[in-house]
Amino acid sequence: MEGLWDFLRSLHDAYGINLVHFYDTFERGRMLRGMWTSIKLAAVCIVLSVLIGILGAWLQGSRFKVLKAVVQGYIQFFRNTPPLVQMYFFYFALGPQMPRVVNEYGISQPMLGSFEWAVISLSFFAGAFNIEIFRSGVEAVQRSTVEAAESLGFNRWQIYRYVVLPLAVRVCLPALNNNLVNLIKTTTQAYAIAVPETLFVASQIWSDRINVFEMMVTLLTFYLLLVGIFVWLMTRLERSLRVPGFGQ
Amino acid sequence: MTATRNHVSVTSEGVAPARGESGYMAAAFTPKMLAGAFGLVAVVVLAGEAWAQLNSGAGQAGIMTTLWKWTPLILFGPKGEFGGFVLNIVVSFLAMAIGTISGLVLGLGLISKFGPVRSVAWAITQFFRNSPWLVLLFFVMLLTPFQIRILGLSIPLPAWLKATVGLALPIMANIAEIVRGAVNSIPTGQWESAESLAFSRLQTLWRIILPQCVKRMIPPWMNWYAILTMATPLISIVGVNDAMTLTQDALASEQRTDLLMPMYALLLLFFFVYCYPIARWTIRLERKYAVRI
Repeated sequence: MEGLWDFLRSLHDAYGINLVHFYDTFERGRMLRGMWTSIKLAAVCIVLSVLIGILGAWLQGSRFKVLKAVVQGYIQFFRNTPPLVQMYFFYFALGPQMPRVVNEYGISQPMLGSFEWAVISLSFFAGAFNIEIFRSGVEAVQRSTVEAAESLGFNRWQIYRYVVLPLAVRVCLPALNNNLVNLIKTTTQAYAIAVPETLFVASQIWSDRINVFEMMVTLLTFYLLLVGIFVWLMTRLERSLRVPGFGQ
Repeated sequence: MTATRNHVSVTSEGVAPARGESGYMAAAFTPKMLAGAFGLVAVVVLAGEAWAQLNSGAGQAGIMTTLWKWTPLILFGPKGEFGGFVLNIVVSFLAMAIGTISGLVLGLGLISKFGPVRSVAWAITQFFRNSPWLVLLFFVMLLTPFQIRILGLSIPLPAWLKATVGLALPIMANIAEIVRGAVNSIPTGQWESAESLAFSRLQTLWRIILPQCVKRMIPPWMNWYAILTMATPLISIVGVNDAMTLTQDALASEQRTDLLMPMYALLLLFFFVYCYPIARWTIRLERKYAVRI
């Protein structure tokens, strides 16, 4: 490892390519922590938004008109307003209304920090799209399959949990994949509310070390890798879940 | 019916296959939704008003009055300057125009017969499609000069113009994918019959294939326009005087916590009122142009 850092240091001396965020221990630590925050943020949001999607799609099949209207209102609101403004609304407008707690140093602080608000706003944003995606999957499940489950004495939740959802997930995986990739890309917006994720840390490093171009290339590479790995995992999942007799 | 429902729009990023179809959804989708949204904001504002009445002493303007006072600034920007919600719309139009034209070229590159062109176009498309918008925006903002000199003439590049280019890049890549998808969705028979009529490849593409693609491309294209419009507040992060920046400026000058929720709700409402009809229209066109199997 030392050899590589020395090589990168020599690149700086010889050609002015400033990759200080790799060879400097402090900057490297900063950047790795930022990347870890991004990954954590993306992972938590993916899980929560998928849960919202599953729950919402189930509620949409409900008999209560009011419930359906509420879910529908939620979807339309979050799909047709900018995610950045949503995030600001959550963090700056709802944040101060929350009760404050005293931390271990005896200092009063807001109950939810910027990371938590980023998780909440991004999950709600992606969740709205996920509900629509799951709903399209649920609708693709044959009516006769549901009727067969009914005749076997399954109740509504059991039908959804054991019959409809497993089939629906397989149908809507490609669309879900797209939306989750979009979610991963949208996590960069947490920069705006000062969550120390990759973009935020990168902007700190490039202001300290004046290596904007090198930092940008690193950033873009990181996100391409992150998205690439995610897409690869989802493709594997898609293949392993494939039911014989559907598609080609 | 299942077949039409599963019909995924030509772009692979068509977000959800078919936005809001089925019977009961359509019923819940009436313009009542709009009225409902207005109602919701009104409730938020009125609740805030009541809250303010309880909390504040005399000498403070009501929430409605204050919102009304700032609305012209947020919508049209400061006097004599270019900014506000109008700037968001102008940026979205320009970025869409740039993105569509360059995306069309890139999309034709994706279906080129010449291997190297295809690979380069593929790489460009994947790169811009999979990079976060905000990172691309920073990239363009920080790494392009604030003015360019051509033949001794220095042309200033205002921040909003650079931001427009930054937003146009991901649009370009996604439009390219739409073009590729649409061209591939035209039956091979069309190509073959054109060939038998002695059309050249360029002629076939220009006079036979692309005209048929237009109809299929419009719904996903509009979908991307809505996504782009909702991405325009990002330019406030890189220091452009858009509606988002001005809302925050207004809040900073008012220094009132009871205004936070209504102000942000108002901004959300502006975008909702602009984007929701586009979304509805897109669904209608999608249904109208859907390929029936």
